[in-house]
Amino acid sequence: MNPIKTFSKGGVHPEENKLSANQPIQDFPMPKQIIVPLGQCLGAPAECIVKKGDRVLTGQLIGTAKGFVSANVHSPATGTVAKVDVVMDHTGYYKPAVFIDREDQDEWAEGIINTDELLTDIKLDSKQIIDKVKECGIVGMGGATFPTHVKLMVPEGKKAEYIIINAAECEPYLTCDFRLLLEKTQEFLIGVKILMKAVNVDKGIIGIEANKMEAIELLDKTINEHRDLYKGIEVQPLKTKYPQGGEKQLIKAVTGREVPSGKLPIETGCVVVNVASTYAIYEAVQKNKPLIERIVTVTGKSVKKPGNFRVRFGTPADLLIEAAGGLPEGITDVINGGPMMGKSVSVTNFPCIKGTSGILLMTIDEAQDRRVTNCIRCGRCAMACPMGLQPFLLHKIAKHNDFDETEKNHIMDCIECGSCEFTCPANIPLLDYIRYGKAKTGAIIRARNQK
Amino acid sequence: MNKYTISGSPHVHSSENTQKIMYRVLLALVPALLVAIYYFGWYALRLTLVSVAACMLTEWLIQKFLIKGPLTINDGSAALTGLLLAFNVPANLPIWMVIVGSIIAIGVGKMAFGGLGKNPFNPALVGRVFMLVSFPTAMTTWPQAQPIFEKGFFADAVTGPTPLGILKEAGVGSLAEAGDMQFLDMILGNRGGAFGEVCAIALLIGAIYLLCRKVIDIWTPLSILLTVFVFTGICYLVDPTQYIAPLYHLVYGGLILGAFFMATDMVTSPMTIRGKILFGFGIGVITVVIRLWGAYPEGVSFAILIMNALTPLINKAFKPQVFGVVKPSKK
Repeated sequence: MNPIKTFSKGGVHPEENKLSANQPIQDFPMPKQIIVPLGQCLGAPAECIVKKGDRVLTGQLIGTAKGFVSANVHSPATGTVAKVDVVMDHTGYYKPAVFIDREDQDEWAEGIINTDELLTDIKLDSKQIIDKVKECGIVGMGGATFPTHVKLMVPEGKKAEYIIINAAECEPYLTCDFRLLLEKTQEFLIGVKILMKAVNVDKGIIGIEANKMEAIELLDKTINEHRDLYKGIEVQPLKTKYPQGGEKQLIKAVTGREVPSGKLPIETGCVVVNVASTYAIYEAVQKNKPLIERIVTVTGKSVKKPGNFRVRFGTPADLLIEAAGGLPEGITDVINGGPMMGKSVSVTNFPCIKGTSGILLMTIDEAQDRRVTNCIRCGRCAMACPMGLQPFLLHKIAKHNDFDETEKNHIMDCIECGSCEFTCPANIPLLDYIRYGKAKTGAIIRARNQK
Repeated sequence: MNKYTISGSPHVHSSENTQKIMYRVLLALVPALLVAIYYFGWYALRLTLVSVAACMLTEWLIQKFLIKGPLTINDGSAALTGLLLAFNVPANLPIWMVIVGSIIAIGVGKMAFGGLGKNPFNPALVGRVFMLVSFPTAMTTWPQAQPIFEKGFFADAVTGPTPLGILKEAGVGSLAEAGDMQFLDMILGNRGGAFGEVCAIALLIGAIYLLCRKVIDIWTPLSILLTVFVFTGICYLVDPTQYIAPLYHLVYGGLILGAFFMATDMVTSPMTIRGKILFGFGIGVITVVIRLWGAYPEGVSFAILIMNALTPLINKAFKPQVFGVVKPSKK
């Protein structure tokens, strides 16, 4: 095992609470009707290409990417399009979605290999791999849902040196990546190889927090057993510290390089891809299988049976909560994702999508916003900030709408990890104000650049 | 149909809060208080109770009738100011003076600026310095330590000079002659002085607790102590007949109390490590200058207040290094 590394600046250590770590992935049965949102990635929503009454097959394209930062959407089931309408998704807004009345049997679209057989031989070349990733609608499945093919297209004049796999899973509670690493180890490693081939590098590093020893040992063992097959792939254990899985922090920890302020990770020669996305890329490239399902962790301290489920997109979250033992008493916060960066949702029946890594249920005692008191200038937020910012200052100037100052104080470098707010003894909602300041400052910068 | 709370991430919070921090500092001062009661008996206890009560009452009245905001006296900061104020005055000080000092400390030093977190100066030191310049005689008439098991709990105070006072008045030679000025007595607290500062051992026990609980960090105190040690050490090496050995400077006055409990006040000290080191260096230099060449025998309070005033500038000058930003190289 390689010696444990970490990023240097800031960081916090919230309670890990990996309650579902020992729960094997269960296939989750689909309901009669699934609701597939067309906007499942960071960029523009896909354009619907089916209409009411159409029969769709599992894996068939139903929405095409619109614009550069956008991803295709495929049908997660076989059935008939009941309607194309809007649905309240995890953001709380009504967004366009395709409603599909499902047939009992999956009928896979043409060309998709639906077997569990491990295919180790990578037949496609770099360009074909990227095209396949784009075609299959693969996005960053850690939560940000940035289209992966955009990441893999190394810009002119830049050179990639490493593929870094983000297996840190530094968010408390979440275990979906951990389970995937344990149960689909070989497929995942082939995925890493595909990525290395896609960006023409001979080094792939899997960055993983040291609280997942089981996965680290299994990966090391598998790589050693198949030395020729997994040449160039390395497992790098990382200190259990939040936000170890922040893209910039991960690059710093693994390579010692710092992504320059305002620049993309490729400046350091690194392309970072999430575990679930890597597995999805394996399925896309080797099996021609588009992204229609993912692992979702359903968890919470009062949840009876926390678990990890393989879920087709469009399955409403409340069915998953039922499967995890039902909605416990006194739940006041439902979070899509982990507790540090996840978004709270107002209803439980939102459809699961590509970015739904977890559904976290919390009671008022766990998630209550405590009384805000005066800032005592302790500086703990600045000590905790992994980006070297001064959250107390950004909070104050954003509150005063002084967006010249927010820009000067690097507000745009904030990665919104929430370490500052987590650590603040006065319970000040630092990140809320910083997000506001970031949005305003970003708009001003964009307007200026357009002139 | 909103059923669940919508709030921005993060959705979990560390268990830390301001109240806990303040109560931990109070707890850390308990050993020193017990030693003080042992050496100064009833006077120390009475003074502490009056000072803490006066500070809390002042804050309560101002918060209720002038600021009209939520009551803050249970956050522990007023009690802490009261305790630190008591620790910095002679045990036999008339009660009314302590009350005046408390009102100034909380009223002028803290609430006038808007309460906790907004005061530029350490409130306890504001109160103390106000008393020092207003009641110079009473504030420099120090009772001697007399263990309660020998003299009784209510024994009358016997006044006498502090080690630094002797040093100022009569020079190094006299200190050597005064037989009871032993180093061991100094660190155990068996000497004259403000009753909270006398026992270095008790204060250090509290300081270690605070360091372990991460309430304070080591940089400010370390920087202060090292600066004083090195500065007075150089003076001692230059002329041992004129200046005493540096180790005595660390334990004679209120340096330990100041370095670990007053200079580390979060509100009034810098936020970054480099800032804290500079802050401590400034306090150390000013303390030594006042002690060796100033009119007062002790200068820790003034040094901390002066550096408190510079804290905003230090914060501005020593910002944390932003990730991914390379400093423009000097040409």
